[in-house]
Amino acid sequence: MPDGLEVNALSCFQLDVLREIGNIGAGNAATALAKLLDKKIDMKVPKINVMKFSEVSDVLGGAETLVVGILLIVQGDISGSLMFILDEQSARILVNILMNKSHNAKLEYDEMTLSVLKEIGNILAGSYLSALSNLTNLRIMPGVPDLAVDMSGAILSVPAIEFAKDSDSVLYIENEFTDGQESVLGELFLIPDKASFKRLLHALGVV
Amino acid sequence: MADLIKVGMADLKVANHPAVLTTLGLGSCVGIALFDQRKKNVGLAHIMLPTSTIAREVTNRAKFADTGIIDLVKEMKVLGSDQRNLIAKIAGGAQMFAFTGASETLKIGLRNSEAVRTILKEMNIPIVCEDTGGNYGRTIEISSEDGRLMVRTIGFGIKYL
Repeated sequence: MPDGLEVNALSCFQLDVLREIGNIGAGNAATALAKLLDKKIDMKVPKINVMKFSEVSDVLGGAETLVVGILLIVQGDISGSLMFILDEQSARILVNILMNKSHNAKLEYDEMTLSVLKEIGNILAGSYLSALSNLTNLRIMPGVPDLAVDMSGAILSVPAIEFAKDSDSVLYIENEFTDGQESVLGELFLIPDKASFKRLLHALGVV
Repeated sequence: MADLIKVGMADLKVANHPAVLTTLGLGSCVGIALFDQRKKNVGLAHIMLPTSTIAREVTNRAKFADTGIIDLVKEMKVLGSDQRNLIAKIAGGAQMFAFTGASETLKIGLRNSEAVRTILKEMNIPIVCEDTGGNYGRTIEISSEDGRLMVRTIGFGIKYL
């Protein structure tokens, strides 16, 4: 494995390890979410996907679909960024549960909603990163989250560009949380910089 | 009604009249639309990064502004266009996340737009209008009928360049 982020060159075994990280991270995130919502939250085994840029616009219901993107800068032993994307329906469900509104209440993107969404992103990303940190013994610290509500293509281009420097594909993890009735779908992109990706795989003992 | 041809991320396409080329959800990426005023050929590229020199190997030339624009012009010539009749319209290059003290990566939109302007200038292709910057996504469509560029956003509706 060269020092770059060769997503295409990942072996099945390495993808398995990344899926397992996704699993543990998402498990932690589900626990955090359950505490936050005061509900029992189940999660499905996360799907890990390696996707070509040309296909990026087809996920999440097309490139023009409105989504909520939350981006955090990651620092410490590995550096890069972490992006969490929620489709509008999932964002609505989460915000409405947290604000004690009915599930179908329309989502207004006012200051309050944006701040709730940022906090959700903060908690999910934080629990995800702490799982990763425990697993690898690496010091990984999340920064302050920033949020954008816009076309999925435009938001996805942020992680895609980071991968584009060395690869023709993007690596992402799809998480599905459910409280039994409503299902919340979130996409998570961990975007380590070049050196960090190798350090990460090394710490996991797979290179 | 002309066919609507989709151009993906890190992709480029050209077409003879009548045609409409579109690319969806430009964020920090830049869409470069070329129009041949004589023959009405159109071309559209969706680049992600300013320069191919930062990559270890270039497997997809449409990904970078420098190689992508050269290839786009080349393909326009294959369709019979003379480079001197080409005009350009560009859109995108937004900064989707407004971090304070944004790192180099997050300012990529700005660098993409600058690179595109420089390369088009070097090739003597005038940019007749552009809609770049900001912090929002754009979908664009170039029509071979009159070279009109439609720019669609979620927050600001549709405008024509």
